Amino acid sequence: MTSLRQYDSLLEASRHIARTRRDFLRTAAGMALGSTLLPSSAWARPAPAQSKRKIIVITFGGGARDQETFAPEGQENIPHLMGELLPRSAFFTQVVNRGILGHYVATASLATGVYETINNFASLPPEHPTIFEYFRKDLRRPSSDAWVVAPSNGFNRIGESSYRSYGPGSGARVILPKHLLAAAAQKHADYEYLLRDNYETPYYAPELQGGEFELRQLEDILKVSVDDFKAHARTLSSPDELSVYIVRQLMRQVAPSLLWITMHDIDVAHAGAYSLYIEGIQRTDRLCAELWNAIQKEPEYAGRTTLFILPDFGRDSDEDEGGNGFQHHRTGDVLSRTTWMLALGAGVREGVVYDRPVDSRDLVPTLGAMLDFSTSQAQGKPIQELM
Amino acid sequence: MLPTDLKPESFRAYPPEAKTLVENYVGSLRRLPLSFIPSLLREVIDYDFKFPAERRSLEQELANWSSLSEGTGKQWVEGFAHISLSPQLEKLDWVNRPAQFVEQLSAYLWTTHQLDAFRKAAMDYADRLHTAVPTEPPPVPRLGITVLGQKAEGHGRPLFRKLRPHGAYYSRLKPEGGLHELLDAIDDRAKKHPIAYGHWYIDGGEAAEHSSAVTCVSYKALEPTRAVLLRKVRAEKDKPGMGPEALRTLLAQMSPAELGFGKEADPVLERFQVKLLTEGSGTQVFSTTFAQWAAREVLRRAQPVTLLVRFAPRAKPTNDLLSANQDQAEMDPAGALVDADFGAYYNWLNQQRLSGAEKSAFLVWFEDHGEALAIGPGVPRGTESTQAANLKDVLSWIT
Repeated sequence: MTSLRQYDSLLEASRHIARTRRDFLRTAAGMALGSTLLPSSAWARPAPAQSKRKIIVITFGGGARDQETFAPEGQENIPHLMGELLPRSAFFTQVVNRGILGHYVATASLATGVYETINNFASLPPEHPTIFEYFRKDLRRPSSDAWVVAPSNGFNRIGESSYRSYGPGSGARVILPKHLLAAAAQKHADYEYLLRDNYETPYYAPELQGGEFELRQLEDILKVSVDDFKAHARTLSSPDELSVYIVRQLMRQVAPSLLWITMHDIDVAHAGAYSLYIEGIQRTDRLCAELWNAIQKEPEYAGRTTLFILPDFGRDSDEDEGGNGFQHHRTGDVLSRTTWMLALGAGVREGVVYDRPVDSRDLVPTLGAMLDFSTSQAQGKPIQELM
Repeated sequence: MLPTDLKPESFRAYPPEAKTLVENYVGSLRRLPLSFIPSLLREVIDYDFKFPAERRSLEQELANWSSLSEGTGKQWVEGFAHISLSPQLEKLDWVNRPAQFVEQLSAYLWTTHQLDAFRKAAMDYADRLHTAVPTEPPPVPRLGITVLGQKAEGHGRPLFRKLRPHGAYYSRLKPEGGLHELLDAIDDRAKKHPIAYGHWYIDGGEAAEHSSAVTCVSYKALEPTRAVLLRKVRAEKDKPGMGPEALRTLLAQMSPAELGFGKEADPVLERFQVKLLTEGSGTQVFSTTFAQWAAREVLRRAQPVTLLVRFAPRAKPTNDLLSANQDQAEMDPAGALVDADFGAYYNWLNQQRLSGAEKSAFLVWFEDHGEALAIGPGVPRGTESTQAANLKDVLSWIT
């Protein structure tokens, strides 16, 4: 049994993790080892004009470990990522999150490029400008061009920050599919399994404040009747399937240029049932492939979209006696802080593995550089391999 | 209040045995940093309800700290001394509410990016303590047994994958009477080596017949307690001002009497069972989570020499988590088998964290089937056997 206590530093342990995964991917998937010396444009899919380019970010959440995803023993859980998406991707083997490992605050950190310190369980906006606010302000885009589809009530403020000169009205519109379904359904008992707000505090859901998506907009914007929505929801097996259904409608009817989807089924791990955690990963894997295929089929997205898939963070290591393995993300150990990222589509070099450490705060400046807008308050750096 | 202000009377509200214990060490406790001392007092305040093994550990830790010179003591807690705390934390009643302090400290460490520094300080301290006060070997080599797959017809993925590199896999055992053989074996050990809270049987369903020499906890027996707990949570969660932290604090403060205990004469075991349900995540709703978490806590706290854990089917997750009728939900034996297979790995990992690991033995069996895996000092690792033996034979080979 390898003990992580032998490592002297977070960085060294992260490198070890990346080395293990990179070596496997190179041999099993025939992927090339990338280098920061090679600009991605040498072999990249052509990027469209920036005004037409679209970006979709999927957080593969909440909290997935290497050993159940890209580590050799976990790859059977992600056949779609391995077989369909990885060969088309630039794969970053170590994305390190040094912030707070709570889903809302970590997702907010991903969206601002700053390690946010807001209360994970309170209904509060991020304290720094979000990617959506930068995007809209600099590129003068309307509110219909930036959307977030998020899993639980606690995410309803993620679309815009409390930062002076940004804030209310300047960010993304946020859809909370569960909230929408709760409003549409007369009897919650019929949809109980789709309405569970979160898994970390399953007995408590924060009250909604701020600009949640109104039910009437279901028909006005998504062009779905309440009855059709309820009928379709009955055919679904999880909250993330509901989110993807909403995303498909949004892509078809609104076609926003910046779309952020936060998956959350995997976080059922907090209930301690390993089979449910694995099912969550398998479902998220399938849903990511579905969204990639949807991108290829939708005229507004095909050939002009760059897709990013990354977990918000990992989960506790089996070896850390302070935790209980996959169940939680409370120890702050190296494995819980180190994850991965797939980038694929327009402007991205395919089939390449990059094993240098990337900071989770780098996502926002990278998206800013890709779409040519400023992300002045973000603390990360653009990922050069994607430029 | 700061640690330097501690006086014997500061602990007047502590339970009697805890009070007596801590009053002997007030002088040395004054030398501990505030970032550290509530974690220690959180253990001290529960001293009256602790198992013998954890009482010993706590007594040794306090005695060790007291024996250190001022200079050496400073070195031991140097990392903690560098942790900065907020004025709000300093104002908390950390003497009488150490658990609440630790919970708020944890949130504060995350938000101020001091978690890694605190973690390193804690690991350094634990390493020094283990060196200075080595844990005693158990009086008899430990035996862990996990029984899984009750009512499961088969499995899609090979069983015991995480454990196979560490032991021998048996594919053709005779399953008839297997559970009784295992229960007889733990009863025999309990009678031969009478140790208070040294031999345990945890059942994720209804406990099978067993000797009174074995301490038993079962999910079924706690059904009324779980129902009371869920009713209380349902009543409290929508009250004004309630949030996740407040709800967690409320759960942590629930007493055995509030949850319907009090008829049995074992307050230590009652308190332990309450903590399983109020501090464990998912233990109230999934029997597999209950069994795994109970095993973890038994190993961590009671440090038993014998532990049999039997997993049972769990409810499907499509029902209301707050329903008091969890046990009437549709069951998922196949899912429970996957849960328990990984749970068995955790049971083994947690057993190996205890003293005497090199001599410990472990057996995991697919109930009513011929598959099992054995780990022990003389068992060749990563091997397979098609020998037609029974579980009693396998146990005799590893113990």
